[in-house]
Amino acid sequence: MSITYLEAIREAQAKLLREDKRVFIYGQDVGGTFGGAFKATKGLAKEFPNRVLNTPISEDAIVGTAIGAALQGMRPIVEMQFADFSSIALNQILNQAGTHYWRTNIPVPITVRLPSGGTKGSGPFHSQSMESLYAHYPGLIVMTPATVEDAYTMLIDAIAIDDPVIYCEHKYLYYHLKADKLPDKGFPVGRARIAREGRDLTIVAYSALVHDALAVAEELSRENFEIEVVDLRTVKPLDTDTVLASVARTGRLLAVGESFPWGGATAEVVARVTSEGFHLLDAAPVRINAKDTPIPYHPNLWSAHRPSAKLIAQKARALLKE
Amino acid sequence: MLQTAQRGKKSSSKKAAPKAAVHERFLEAFRWMLLSRTLEEKLVSLYRGGQITGGVYIGKGQEAVSVACGLFLQKGDIFAPLIRDQAGRSAFGEPLLDVLRTYLGSRQGPMRGRDGNIHRGKPGEAQLAMISHLGAMISVVVGSLMAKRFHGEKNFVGLSCIGEGGMQTGSFHEGMNIAAVEQVPLVIVATNNHYAYSTPNDREFACTDLVDRAKGYGFEGYSIDGTDLTMCLEVIGSAVQRARAGRPPQLVVASALRLSGHGEHDDASYVTDEIKRQPFAQDCLKLAEKKIVDLGLADAATLKSWKEDAAKQVDEAVAIAQQEPAPDGAKEDWSAISTRELLDQSE
Repeated sequence: MSITYLEAIREAQAKLLREDKRVFIYGQDVGGTFGGAFKATKGLAKEFPNRVLNTPISEDAIVGTAIGAALQGMRPIVEMQFADFSSIALNQILNQAGTHYWRTNIPVPITVRLPSGGTKGSGPFHSQSMESLYAHYPGLIVMTPATVEDAYTMLIDAIAIDDPVIYCEHKYLYYHLKADKLPDKGFPVGRARIAREGRDLTIVAYSALVHDALAVAEELSRENFEIEVVDLRTVKPLDTDTVLASVARTGRLLAVGESFPWGGATAEVVARVTSEGFHLLDAAPVRINAKDTPIPYHPNLWSAHRPSAKLIAQKARALLKE
Repeated sequence: MLQTAQRGKKSSSKKAAPKAAVHERFLEAFRWMLLSRTLEEKLVSLYRGGQITGGVYIGKGQEAVSVACGLFLQKGDIFAPLIRDQAGRSAFGEPLLDVLRTYLGSRQGPMRGRDGNIHRGKPGEAQLAMISHLGAMISVVVGSLMAKRFHGEKNFVGLSCIGEGGMQTGSFHEGMNIAAVEQVPLVIVATNNHYAYSTPNDREFACTDLVDRAKGYGFEGYSIDGTDLTMCLEVIGSAVQRARAGRPPQLVVASALRLSGHGEHDDASYVTDEIKRQPFAQDCLKLAEKKIVDLGLADAATLKSWKEDAAKQVDEAVAIAQQEPAPDGAKEDWSAISTRELLDQSE
């Protein structure tokens, strides 16, 4: 048996619906016989017709409704059709959900699923990675699962957490990534994972780029370099300790992320390592992000816009020579 | 208890003759309005004396609409008041101390100095804490009502207030539409107070009558004179009843004038004399008092004692809140999430 990243997300939701009456799924096209633009809820409305609900194209009201339901004891899962459209819901996510616990002492247990990241031909409005934006604001937990196992257990964890969770699921991984089976128990939320051990260079990545980083590590192993790959798993909280411990072993840091370059997750990693572990570094840290333009449509442009294994390998080799 | 104005007991008003019950409710509403006006006058004076930081936003001129919003809600209902709803908040059951503690930044208040003025609320007690972004509370009430339906609760409604300014946001539109799609027992009470901060109606919307939008959303809509307490109680009261009975969501649009600036920093010099002469510019509290006198519902001595009582309650709350400790940045718990083990360690 093999199960994909997308199936893991669907299975996690099926399990949650079966075992927890507080859970319902709310989003565009998630219900009926359709099961979502990517089929992440396929079949669920048949089993739970009153708890997998189609909504109007109203991202603000979808999240507002989820917040209200959460305040009354429910554990809603919102599916944004694409992460990009969550910009319409920013007010509810950042100003309503994100401020609520701080202001009133009452947390808002919503989970917002964001189908994130680029796939070729999707263009500026169906390709965005918004984890850095959400991580910037207080009051939110931002998950970026890179594996089938994490996709499954972290979604279950997200629903158990009393605070708002932004769950960034990578669209490229939906069908490409497979595992033999789903785990019973996951790695703890908030802890980064050493995806590959090494001693010459630390590559910190998250979401789909973990796999590019692993491919680069494999490639460079043939040149006798041992690359350590850290999978952040959540960009907020950011597991600084695991990153610093890795850099302490390797002395070199390359931070890789798919969001836009100004600020963001990779900048945060570099800033923390530089300020807290400057003495550990043998060379200036380097980071790779998408380019500072909207995400292009044509595959030739898109593949040059997004960080690629080729670019990661090139930067890694240069850094190893420093 | 500090508050001596009491919510009318449903049983006693039911037993009373209909006209007497109507008068009883009118007097009860008047007393909440009076308390609200007295409280807000005190807030203004504290603000001018430099004791309140930030701003003071009052509901002067809109108390008749607001009180009707709070008065008909029961245990199990959800209330999402907005900026000019002191009368409704009080009628719903908000203690005066919550108001003073929030405005004065007391750590013992519901917002503990973390948020101020009209952003206060007690979501655990069904009074939502508004954010400044207008229209955003509507869908939150919708979700709260859906949750109650999921839980199998019966006989509940949600009520949220807004102004004609807030009615022009995208969030308002999405919230209204989703409320009707979900067919939740919701009442939206919108007061057209004729200015969005300083912007008059003709730069806010171009439809003939805002209540016409009710039909477009699938709501039932009603227009009222926001200066007429009797009409406010009757129409908002029956809208709450209809929503409770399973009718579609209800929209009530009231006409009134904000008899203050947007906030107390604003002298409202943009309000034209022509507007001030309009019937909707009358003071609802004065009109209500006149009706009490004209109909002989209460004598002068009683009215005087109510005013004194309101002033005494307000003064007592001020005295308590003023003595309470302010928050301390060095001792504050700087955590925006409740899950302590997932706090980010950034400094």
